Amino acid sequence: MTARQLSKIAKRVGFWALIVLIMVYAVFPFYYAVITSFKPSSELFRVELWPSSWHLDNYIQILTEASFLRAILNSIVVAISVVFIALLLGITASYALVRVRFRGRSTVLLVILGVSMFPQVAVLSGLFEVIRGLGLYNNPAGLILSYIIFTLPFTVWVLTTFMKQLPMELEEAAIMDGATPWITITKVFLPLMWPAMATTGLLAFIAAWNEFLFALTFTLTDTQRTVPVAIALLSGGSAHELPWGPIMAASVVVTVPLVVLVIIFQRRIVSGLTAGAVKG
Amino acid sequence: MTTSQSSAPEGARSAALIARRSRGTKVRRQRVKAAWLFLTPMLIALTLVAGWPLFRTFFLSFTDASLSDLGTANFIGFENYLVNENGRWFGILADPVWWHSVWNTVYFSVVSVSLEVVFGVIVALILNAEFKGRTIVRAAVLIPWAIPTIVSAQMWAWMLNDQFGIINHMLMGIGVIDDPIAWTASATYSMLAVIMVDVWKTIPFVALLVLAALQMLPKDCYEAAEVDGIHPVRVFFKVTLPLVTPALMVAVIFRLLDALRVFDVIYVLTSNSTSTMSMSVYARQQLVEFQDVGYGSAASTLLFLIIALATVAYIYAGRKQLQLGGDA
Repeated sequence: MTARQLSKIAKRVGFWALIVLIMVYAVFPFYYAVITSFKPSSELFRVELWPSSWHLDNYIQILTEASFLRAILNSIVVAISVVFIALLLGITASYALVRVRFRGRSTVLLVILGVSMFPQVAVLSGLFEVIRGLGLYNNPAGLILSYIIFTLPFTVWVLTTFMKQLPMELEEAAIMDGATPWITITKVFLPLMWPAMATTGLLAFIAAWNEFLFALTFTLTDTQRTVPVAIALLSGGSAHELPWGPIMAASVVVTVPLVVLVIIFQRRIVSGLTAGAVKG
Repeated sequence: MTTSQSSAPEGARSAALIARRSRGTKVRRQRVKAAWLFLTPMLIALTLVAGWPLFRTFFLSFTDASLSDLGTANFIGFENYLVNENGRWFGILADPVWWHSVWNTVYFSVVSVSLEVVFGVIVALILNAEFKGRTIVRAAVLIPWAIPTIVSAQMWAWMLNDQFGIINHMLMGIGVIDDPIAWTASATYSMLAVIMVDVWKTIPFVALLVLAALQMLPKDCYEAAEVDGIHPVRVFFKVTLPLVTPALMVAVIFRLLDALRVFDVIYVLTSNSTSTMSMSVYARQQLVEFQDVGYGSAASTLLFLIIALATVAYIYAGRKQLQLGGDA
């Protein structure tokens, strides 16, 4: 009896130890970045788990730098525009794909799936040509255009999954009442689709906010860059004198909003991610 | 749509049916038209940003286009891929750096996706257990996924810093190593560092997909197994794993496709060093840094073909395996 109790206790202890380990593993790198960002450059190279003094120098340096503020603004504009465009094109397309049976429907779905699996590098030179042809090189608008390639297929895919779950009767009733498809979408479906749209919008926002390859390739000057490029290029120069304090401060500034969003909306995000994947 | 009342007399019924059907087709035709109308903006957008650029990349790979002057490209056939000049081979297929980057990419993808699957399943199993504070742990696990890849690469670069990094500090503290390791600079360890960062960032994704599958499993077979006194490990391999395999396969293909096109982590952690260079890094370097659009496009095209081939092979193998599993 006591041996059994002992092994039960041991199991519980082991279980909680594992949970603590997972927590530490998941959170520690971010925690370490946060405490580093509050250290003055003189103490930067003393390894410690809790800083002996807190300073805002790094934040002041980063937030008074015009190019970094500009990069944040660019990132916000790009991400919000991308979300808006992807949702607008995505909701109409997924309505057509879910509610109307027509020839070529599965082909369209297959194309969408194919595009979502695209390696971005595969279109880099072609897209570069398009963007330059449209006069959008070194312009956030060029990024908005290019981000459609990974946000739109995904948005259509997830919205399609969500829309399938809505009862068909709703729409039949609307048709009986003589509603046009556009009215059906805006007056019947949109109100019901808000949760799904919030989820997909959030995921698209995160994807656009984090994108690096296109942002690095299609912009040239400090004033046109987005945040990931700005942070990656902060290091620049020689490999030995990296400004770690400001890099960590900048990282925290651009990450905290995302982490807060993710923690608030974790349920929605999980359902969005799984809806996008389970269908694949 | 074509149901009708069975109580109506025969003639009236068919007349009603015909009237209904013609109205039905009219509505239908209108609806199909509307469907295409609704699809058109999306299709145009995808053509503009995906279809056309992909076609142009294929095309440019057969030219000597340069970044500064895309307009005046000459068609040069397969010279970017492979050409024999005076008994020596040139072109990507003869470039050892390209083949090294292919090997790096495959190695990176296989190792990191395998680790992610193993740890992702473990984390999912733990999150599936019921305990106090599960929501908090789940939120914490999501954090690495939410952090931009660039930021996580920088955070780890700082922790892995050879002189002042906490990881070297801790490893030396517990006596695993005597001298600090140059994680991101040395040819031996830099790939390990890249994999470490990628695994950290993507375990949450795999874990969440598996968790979603776990939560849909029927409870009764576990109760039966418990009544029969079967060891949990056996239950896991005989019951749980086969049941979550479809979800796991989806997670694996998503991750694999992502890993094969890896760019950000490697670029930020080790920049253009050949010891970790992936196919994407190689292609972009040719394209942007060396301004050789033709050659870079050829590399992009090869990357595209490799990924397409891997996808087809994976789907084929997966289907085959599922069928075999279904037969057994």
